[in-house]
Amino acid sequence: MSDTTRDDEKLVGIVLVSHSAAVAAAVAELATGLAGGGPTAPVAPAGGDEDGGLGTSSELVSAAAAAVDRGAGVAVLTDLGSAVLTVKALLAEGDELPPDTRLVDAPFVEGAVAAVVTASAGADLATVEAAAAEAYTYRKV
Amino acid sequence: MFDADFFRRWMTATAASVEREAERLTALDSPIGDADHGSNLQRGFRAVVETLEKEEPGTPGAVLTLAGRRLISTVGGASGPLYGTLLRRTGKALGDAAEVGGQDLAEALRTGVDAVRQLGGAAPGDKTMVDALVPAVDALGDSFAAARAAAEQGALATAPLQARKGRASYLGERSVGHQDPGATSSALLIAALAEVAGE
Repeated sequence: MSDTTRDDEKLVGIVLVSHSAAVAAAVAELATGLAGGGPTAPVAPAGGDEDGGLGTSSELVSAAAAAVDRGAGVAVLTDLGSAVLTVKALLAEGDELPPDTRLVDAPFVEGAVAAVVTASAGADLATVEAAAAEAYTYRKV
Repeated sequence: MFDADFFRRWMTATAASVEREAERLTALDSPIGDADHGSNLQRGFRAVVETLEKEEPGTPGAVLTLAGRRLISTVGGASGPLYGTLLRRTGKALGDAAEVGGQDLAEALRTGVDAVRQLGGAAPGDKTMVDALVPAVDALGDSFAAARAAAEQGALATAPLQARKGRASYLGERSVGHQDPGATSSALLIAALAEVAGE
């Protein structure tokens, strides 16, 4: 989290879960960068397995969610496969993620940008979720 | 009736089986997956055995719930949340009874398998662990040996199928001809259950 994070307000936190630590970190950087010059919502990448290899670490996901939780809810975006299943399994556990944590059904990169932009503007969790999901409807051709 | 020790031995026998078969599981995962199924399950079940020895859960439900949680946190691939959910939901369905009967186990395992199907969105015939687990649960009412045979048969029967879930589904028709690694490891789990039941 940078100094420009708006800790004084209760912003929705964003967690980005990818099989690759580099992808998660880069998408976090991209989304935060595109969110504009002002203060941004807390964003944490949770990429790769614990040894830095490709995979999903439930511990990294839990730690990232706790790190971005400001009491306004946490939106989790994932790439595919075990990233999706791990977050769903953690949500089913009940006590592994902050209350009001949601797995958002959205494309990873475009959804992350939409989520971070709306969360940074102070939107609530449902609005952030809707904005990220809407990224699916953006056709490129 | 089956007590916590029986369920601990089931997990230990599964871990031993995964150790023996890890190379084969990874080899099956090479043409249609990302070649980590054996090593992922090995890491997960080693952690399960270690945790069960340390924490000594006292009921069948507690053994499986703890084992499931451990798999979710240690495996690192899709098999972690899937097997973790299978064991955790089965454990929860067993409640906090000190001993459970065969019928209780069969019903609880069906609850666990249903949870796996819901989590992964897989149906029988999709070339997944469900193809071994569903026939196994159906046969468990007869005997543990029947469940083992059904699981092994179900795993073998995944070879001609085209994958419709997971990474293998990207391969389309090229997934045909390979036995599914998840169905194969599911058969090991059921075989270990029959083994500790003495069948």
